Amino acid sequence: MERIPILKMGPFLLVTIQVDLYDRLALTLENDLINMVSKTEAKGVLIDISAVSIVDSFMGRILGNIASMSKIMDAATVVVGMQPAVAITLVELGLTLSGVHTALDVEQGMELLRNKIGQLEQDEEGLYDSFI
Amino acid sequence: MNKESAAALKGKKKQIMETWMGNQTKDAALRDDLMSVAELQQQSEEFLNSLLKAFASPQADDTDSAGYEPIHDILNEISISRARQGFSPRETSSYILSLKEVLSHTLEERFREEPATLYKEIISMNKIMDSLSLLTTETYIKGREEVILRQTNEMSEISTPVIRVWEGILALPIIGTLDSARTQVVMEALLEEIVATGSRIAILDISGVPTVDSLVAQHLIKTVSAARLMGAECIISGIRAEIAQTIVHLGIDLTNIYTKASLASALKMSFSMLNIQVTKAAPNAQLGSKQNFGF
Repeated sequence: MERIPILKMGPFLLVTIQVDLYDRLALTLENDLINMVSKTEAKGVLIDISAVSIVDSFMGRILGNIASMSKIMDAATVVVGMQPAVAITLVELGLTLSGVHTALDVEQGMELLRNKIGQLEQDEEGLYDSFI
Repeated sequence: MNKESAAALKGKKKQIMETWMGNQTKDAALRDDLMSVAELQQQSEEFLNSLLKAFASPQADDTDSAGYEPIHDILNEISISRARQGFSPRETSSYILSLKEVLSHTLEERFREEPATLYKEIISMNKIMDSLSLLTTETYIKGREEVILRQTNEMSEISTPVIRVWEGILALPIIGTLDSARTQVVMEALLEEIVATGSRIAILDISGVPTVDSLVAQHLIKTVSAARLMGAECIISGIRAEIAQTIVHLGIDLTNIYTKASLASALKMSFSMLNIQVTKAAPNAQLGSKQNFGF
């Protein structure tokens, strides 16, 4: 069965979707990705959808699900490279993906994730300091 | 229309042409500011030639027949060009109707002795000319509509330019009322430009929008959400006091959207979001560089 590869890059997971997501594939991706987050204890997930030209409410929901699940597992999700047409469609569908961070391209997405991790570490240190 | 009248009209072609041109040039409605007499003469001659040919054709009474095709082409061309030049519809159709009078006189001369035939021939000639005159009006309106449509498109394109004000910052001054169709144009133009330039911040300046109702606000929120999905942030600027009042009175929720009173403060905000610092150069340094020019 077709699968979307999930690459590990340091503390992050990188997913590049190069085909149009049909429902089954999206569900498999969701499943694989969460298992991978748990296995690698990743701090962030970066999903590149620059090659996706068709999007429906189901895929919007899957992206939202991935974000909420990752958040529970302590990983931030960034969706990068959304095409204008896809963005317009999602907005028209009423899906604003509120829990998901977005960036224009992979480079900016990585930077965003790094900042998020920096923030998390600072927060944790602060917590630790006050604890002492 | 029978063969005899067609032949009679053909025989008097020169005379018809002269009288018709005379009537037209005498007419106060002639717009010699828009069209030269020589041009009119050439147009009219071409038209009359084709018309007389069509009268002689076997299906002379049917203006949809093949014989009238060249006439349709000529009339289309005339009315579209006149619509663009700014003639009124009356001036355009009276061009055809003025010929009717001349043709009637010619037929009257030919059939003076046979009133019944004259009556029949005049009726059929009237029918043909009226239908041609209607055709010019129809085409005239079509030409006008094309002009209006083109202008509307141009206006919506011109009035929504996407400007790159800084590296990574786009500005979109919106001028005029935002309706659904225009919002679509605005949204698409902005999102395309965000992708093309890799900008992370877009400033939507609505100083040029006269009124903001709930629909316009909804369109703006949609644009902001779409940009956010792509990874860019929007700042809405240029909100005037009365617009702020309307927004609050209408109960529109703009709390999740960055808003600023002026484009300048929106730009300032973008700078701080992108960690850009703009400082005044030291006055001495500027003086020094001037002296270096050696004047």
